[in-house]
Amino acid sequence: MNVNVVNQQGICRVGMAGEMTIYTAAKTKDALLLAMADCNEIEMDLGAVSEIDAAGLQLLALAKRCAEETNKPLQFVAHSQVILDTLDLCNLAGVFGDPVVLTSGQN
Amino acid sequence: MNIDEILHTFIAESRELLQDMEDALLRIEQSPTDEELINAIFRAAHTIKGSAGLFGLDYIVSFTHVAESVLDRVRNGELHMAGELVAVLLSSCDHLALLIEHLASGGGEPAAEIQEKSAALIAALHVYLDEGAAQTTGVVVQAELSLHGSSEGGGEVETDLWHISLRFGLDVLRNGMDPLSFLRYLGTLGEIQHIVTLLNDIPATELMDPESCYLGFEISFKSDADKASIEGVFEFVREDCLICILPPRSKISDYLRLIAELPEENLRIGEILLRCGTLTQAELDAALLLQHGDGSEPVRPLGEVLVDAKMVQSPVLEAALGKQKLVKEHKSSEANLIRVDADKLDELINLVGELIIAGAGTNLIAQRVGEADLLESTATLSSLVEEVRDSALKLRMVQIGGTFNRFQRVVRDVGRELGKDIELVISGAETELDKTVVEKIGDPLTHLVRNSMDHGIESAETRLANGKSAKGTLKLNAYHDAGSIVIEVCDDGGGLNKQRILNKAIERGLVSEVNNLSDREIYNLIFEAGFSTAEAVSNLSGRGVGMDVVKRNITALRGTVNLDSIEGQGTRVTIRLPLTLAIIDGFLVGVGSSVYVIPLDMVVECIERTAWENAGGDGRYINLRGEVLPYLRLREHFEVAGASARREYVVVVRHGENKVGLVVDRLLGEFQTVIKPLGRVFNKIGGIGGFTILGSGEVALILDVPSLVRPAVNFETKVQTAAASGLTDQRI
Repeated sequence: MNVNVVNQQGICRVGMAGEMTIYTAAKTKDALLLAMADCNEIEMDLGAVSEIDAAGLQLLALAKRCAEETNKPLQFVAHSQVILDTLDLCNLAGVFGDPVVLTSGQN
Repeated sequence: MNIDEILHTFIAESRELLQDMEDALLRIEQSPTDEELINAIFRAAHTIKGSAGLFGLDYIVSFTHVAESVLDRVRNGELHMAGELVAVLLSSCDHLALLIEHLASGGGEPAAEIQEKSAALIAALHVYLDEGAAQTTGVVVQAELSLHGSSEGGGEVETDLWHISLRFGLDVLRNGMDPLSFLRYLGTLGEIQHIVTLLNDIPATELMDPESCYLGFEISFKSDADKASIEGVFEFVREDCLICILPPRSKISDYLRLIAELPEENLRIGEILLRCGTLTQAELDAALLLQHGDGSEPVRPLGEVLVDAKMVQSPVLEAALGKQKLVKEHKSSEANLIRVDADKLDELINLVGELIIAGAGTNLIAQRVGEADLLESTATLSSLVEEVRDSALKLRMVQIGGTFNRFQRVVRDVGRELGKDIELVISGAETELDKTVVEKIGDPLTHLVRNSMDHGIESAETRLANGKSAKGTLKLNAYHDAGSIVIEVCDDGGGLNKQRILNKAIERGLVSEVNNLSDREIYNLIFEAGFSTAEAVSNLSGRGVGMDVVKRNITALRGTVNLDSIEGQGTRVTIRLPLTLAIIDGFLVGVGSSVYVIPLDMVVECIERTAWENAGGDGRYINLRGEVLPYLRLREHFEVAGASARREYVVVVRHGENKVGLVVDRLLGEFQTVIKPLGRVFNKIGGIGGFTILGSGEVALILDVPSLVRPAVNFETKVQTAAASGLTDQRI
């Protein structure tokens, strides 16, 4: 799991890469919170996430909620296929509210 | 628990399931419409598929899936469990066992030949999936009609979808399971119509442990699968997760019945009510709100809340409660079983053996000292030690049924190979015997069974020509008798040809023509080494090795084997084995300065010899209340030095149907005997089965009664046969 943070005038671009699973969950949480701490707006690039499980999904939900609480807009962009599949499976695309490419499995 | 342990559990469970599946498949040939059996087979395939799916073992899933689909059609009455289908399923079962063993030996992609076998079997199974697809619609329509037809008592829940509520436990992720994979797997059983992921349980950012699982799901699910299949999806997380499965379209009148029919699981009452369809989701949510809503009051049980809120009629609730109690009781009786390493048991038996020897020593000292208190306390001690011995030995006792059931498969396969239709009838399956004996009896039994099928039972044409039914019968029976277990293998085949055996034996020089042999002796000649009368040697038996090996194996277990036959009607092989190989109740007798032990179970009575001696006899038999009783002087047999005692006793022992008197000098009473095997040097000594250590530290030899009885009985039979044929003027 690599978290790549670029801070541009208060807008934080976080690039997530690798697996977001139980094996990396602890590290990922810390990195996420750190990245979110000193910025006003976050854009999270999920294009390079190769694997996600329930632990990873929880962290995405946590990030969303955390952003809401601190009033910082958080947007997930460039979802990788595994992310799309998982959001489909759990019907969370609408909950997270980011523009995604709908697949045929969506109700 | 790490993933390896779980995988290990999966492998162990799969092995058991496959064994069940095989048993059920074999039994189903007799009753092809038995729903319980069909369900058992289906469940086994289904559970293995489901668990394999969780581990991502695609080569098992893809293969099992096809088998499961075929079984599903059988279960729906679309396919008939005929011989061919059973054969294909049995091979599938074998192949699945192979796949599991492959997994156990390290896994990885299976070798090309295994894959080929998978593909071949899948093709064979597919035949059953395509065939008769046209009839399918008809059956389904009928099923639906009956579903609607039975509608009575009104009050259906509106939806025709399953509703599944899942709350995963905190440790699910740590235990190596991913809730998402359960959802994906659920998707293979039907269609997830709607799913709501509950994220509310995720705690505040700082408190949230990224390795705990806080997820919950509410799922509307469209599926034709049954409740058990859906529950099966969550098999691995059932224990630490809250899972509610609400079946579609339940009727109020069905609730009570359904409660009674619920499978045994420890379910929370809310779940029972949910699964019974007593509540709609809205009603349940309201109840849950009530239960959790007021923090100041102590939390009330959900059931109480529901009744208060008039949401459930109390009879429904009572039935649910009753069921829950039953489930709990059942659970606790299940928990009473534990698996123990056989080595630990052996160690215990060994220790008990030493305890008995030490106890005997103490007894002896107490008797010498002669103090009343000490005597009393040692007497109590001995009786306790005896009980400990009995219960320790019972631990090793297993039912012979498991061994017998294995033969269903043998009989079926061999029958097919030989082109004979043979039915196996099993009785006395609950008879218990020592585990070591059970393990060692398998091979000799297999040989006897194969032999009976190959040579005993005739071909269908011959049978019909002889006025028998075309179907041959093979019987396996077991029962306890005088401290031994008796196992019988009977067939209703052609029996043995006495003359042919005799000719062969004379040809081989085993007996001479002048010998007068009883029928029994002639039959038992086939247990001699290098003896086979089969005209055609098949690859199963008939090569002249086998029956002698059977006898040797059984003798090694301190058992005997006997054969009876009626020409044209069948053959019966009787195996007699000691119940245990470790400790017995013995009867001590003295000859000169030596002490011998006779297994107490075999002792019938003890008499004073002079009182019964037949003055006119030749000294080899006595008249016991009008019965001819051959006897044997142990003093002569073991060549004990010294003159005969003035007063001699006869211990009458029985083995099978034969009774023999053993003449001894002294009777010394009962003694708990720990059997110690004799060293190899003494292997050849006849009549001795082992030795034991007495309380005094002396060594006593244990008599091998069967081998002592045999020559004495042979002598008796010869005398009788001779007398009957008038060749001798010996008086009887």
